[in-house]
Amino acid sequence: MNFKLKIWRQKNAQTPGELVDYEVHDISPHTSFLEMLDILNEQLLGRGEEPIAFDSDCREGICGTCSLTVNGEAHGPDHPAAVCELYMRKFRDGATITVEPFRVGAFPIVKDLVIDRSALDRIVQAGGFISARAGSAPEANSILIAKHDADLAMEAAACIGCGACAAACPNASAMLFTSAKVSHLVLLPQGHPERESRVLKMVQVMDAEGFGNCTNTYECEAVCPAEISASFIAKLNREYARAAVQRSMGE
Amino acid sequence: MIGSLDPKVPPGPLAQKWRNHRHHARLVSPNNRRKFEIIVVGSGLAGGSAAATLGELGYRVKCFCFQDSARRAHSIAAQGGINAAKNYQNDGDSVYRLFHDTIKGGDFRSREASVYRLAEISNNIIDQCVAQGVPFAREYGGLLANRSFGGAQVSRTFYARGQTGQQLLLGCYQALCRQITAGTVCMLPQTEMLDLVIVNGNAKGIITRNLRSGKIGRHAADAVVLATGGYGNVFYLSTNARGCNVTATYRAYKKGALFANPSFTQIHPTCIPVSGEHQSKLTLMSESLRNDGRVWVPKRKEGRDKPPPGIPEQDRDYYLERKYPSYGNLAPRDIASRAAKEVCDEGRGVGPGGRGVYLDFADAINRLGEATIRERYGNLFEVYEKITGENAYKVPMRIYPAVHYTMGGLWVDYDLMSNVPGLFVIGEANFSDHGANRLGASALMQGLADGYFVLPNTLPNYLASQMGKRPSPDSWEFQGAEDDVRVKIEKLLNINGTRSLDSFHRELGVLLWDKCGMSRHEKGLREALQIIPQLREQFWRDVRVLGTDEDFNQSLERAGRVADFLEFAELMCRDALERDESAGAHFREEHQTPDGEALRDDENHAAVFAWEFQGQGQPPKLHREPLRFETVHLTQRSYK
Repeated sequence: MNFKLKIWRQKNAQTPGELVDYEVHDISPHTSFLEMLDILNEQLLGRGEEPIAFDSDCREGICGTCSLTVNGEAHGPDHPAAVCELYMRKFRDGATITVEPFRVGAFPIVKDLVIDRSALDRIVQAGGFISARAGSAPEANSILIAKHDADLAMEAAACIGCGACAAACPNASAMLFTSAKVSHLVLLPQGHPERESRVLKMVQVMDAEGFGNCTNTYECEAVCPAEISASFIAKLNREYARAAVQRSMGE
Repeated sequence: MIGSLDPKVPPGPLAQKWRNHRHHARLVSPNNRRKFEIIVVGSGLAGGSAAATLGELGYRVKCFCFQDSARRAHSIAAQGGINAAKNYQNDGDSVYRLFHDTIKGGDFRSREASVYRLAEISNNIIDQCVAQGVPFAREYGGLLANRSFGGAQVSRTFYARGQTGQQLLLGCYQALCRQITAGTVCMLPQTEMLDLVIVNGNAKGIITRNLRSGKIGRHAADAVVLATGGYGNVFYLSTNARGCNVTATYRAYKKGALFANPSFTQIHPTCIPVSGEHQSKLTLMSESLRNDGRVWVPKRKEGRDKPPPGIPEQDRDYYLERKYPSYGNLAPRDIASRAAKEVCDEGRGVGPGGRGVYLDFADAINRLGEATIRERYGNLFEVYEKITGENAYKVPMRIYPAVHYTMGGLWVDYDLMSNVPGLFVIGEANFSDHGANRLGASALMQGLADGYFVLPNTLPNYLASQMGKRPSPDSWEFQGAEDDVRVKIEKLLNINGTRSLDSFHRELGVLLWDKCGMSRHEKGLREALQIIPQLREQFWRDVRVLGTDEDFNQSLERAGRVADFLEFAELMCRDALERDESAGAHFREEHQTPDGEALRDDENHAAVFAWEFQGQGQPPKLHREPLRFETVHLTQRSYK
């Protein structure tokens, strides 16, 4: 297969970037999208041009490192999948494909297609955990958890932290990401002692990082490679309201 | 220099060694802990859990990872599960049985005392992870669920769908985040360790490169912990993430740490076969699939191009069930992989190039219904479909073995300290617990055992004698190490040759897969030892690395790693040649039983091989740690 590519090149955060045209030829349909970029980079190297910087690591959709916007869609057209799980057989031969980084103000561009997502780490650092010292844990089966709750917690916990939700959102909101962690932990009894402070602190940091608010467009859910449901955002809102009321009542 | 290799196993009966050892180890009091700085390199299950736990204890920790976030360490990709000897299923499990299965699975090439401790601690890990909120699978009554894994006849594996590694890693990552907020852990992502600094014979710091800015950093500490994972990417194609590398452990080796059993690499039996030249990595299909999938190939060569549903039952060879009736499709990984290679070598392999075998769910779907199979393995079937374009509910999966895990690693004693005082090595980066073959669902167990429970109890024993001995990063030892790092980077950028990094790495990978992969023989290993230095020489003459060192430069990052692989590969082949026996994953064709199983030589090779660097261009020196089996009897492994 042959493709025309328009790829975002940007030297660093300070320099403005632009879309640059490239072409690749004789690509097997079994090539992954990132392998197609590898092939292009080998060509560039041969011509003495600096390869295109893009992030990836596990290349099987679980580490959350890859972060490309393909033809305007976060992670490309094959939902649900991270862009590393996208294969060239999903494109028409001869197609023109536009490749950009995730466009979110809170994710500054480092170089070319690579972005800085440390804002997501800071949201978790604000309270996305259960305080449990190694050595103090009770016997595992002394905590009973209904299968339904455990399964739902797992659905929320499956988030891979890629940031596609914020990239797809017209408001650049990270509420799907934040709600997944809040929901995972509040669905389990172990998460209850820190329930109020967790949600208040995480939302505070989320706002301070410059992410927008949710206006129910569901773009996040549509592109999420881990199929996190937008209903967790409703849960986040309830948790936040509950905690805010409790706090205002001085509890 | 190194005297005799003493693992410092504590005295006493096997079951009491760990307890006795803790009773007598030296401690650091709570108000003194903040005076110690600990470096942890790596933020996977081992590094993340160690950094979080040491921070919680009150030490000042600096944790480094090359990924852009601690949450992206490659532990995240582990699928199937984590073993523990809880015996929740009432099916005869015990600490002793987990210990025994692990020793036997490793083909009697691991240290009894370390493995016993691992089995003992396994239960604490499950408690710890549940307390942190890891959403393990549960039964309707609210109790934890288990499943079976290869190499065991009990159900002792805890799991979170097919994403157990992800959930356990997020548990440690969250614990780490809590310590970062508490100010006990300073996290430095996108920072790669490029050298170990030794001061007065003790590991006292590292040299790093910030991958974003290119800035070289010096970090002094009271102890250094390496949790930098395995080196499977030496083969180029493996199930490891693209960034996994040998650089931290190999550079520590060049500073005097011994590298143990480097040739022990695990080839996982169930991966998606290679589809073409472009392939950049291989994808694992969890071993848990072998609980319900049946492995087969056509009985005769002629059948291999027929569509699988058209091949009648009597023309199929369920070779694992035939050869190993009591374990069947759940035979250990090394055995299942070699059996797949054997049937493909006979010309009965399926799919492109004849390098594949079927993993068939038709029987399980008939018995349990598609919905049950979907619930158990749905995400794996989706991954399979994305990569191959095939629906495994309708046609059998095609699988083939691929490089997955490395049992070898830096040598450590019972305290997980290398022969260099102050240098601790945990998780896949050390060699300790899996012998010549790791059982499924044991890597997660070992990483977390080391990080949450072993290291926090053994590190103080070293630190207690180190109060006030942390050197200044301005000392000449740091200066010297930094200069070496800079020289190497400059050299890589100045070659400006004609060949790409990938072309060298691929060539090395093909050579190793061929000569030092699923089976090895003397002639092939000797050939590899001839070719590798030539390839390395060519690399340093003709590789092309563009860009500068003062910038985000992904080619430069990878260049340093490939350069280390090109040296390390030689050590691997040398080890494989020296180990003149077959053991577990190390299958020397010269040494096999009449029915083709690995034939050990306990008289001469019941030992850990630990290699000492002797200088560039010099052959390394071999040290042996004899393995003494006081509790288990050495037997020919049988899974029949």
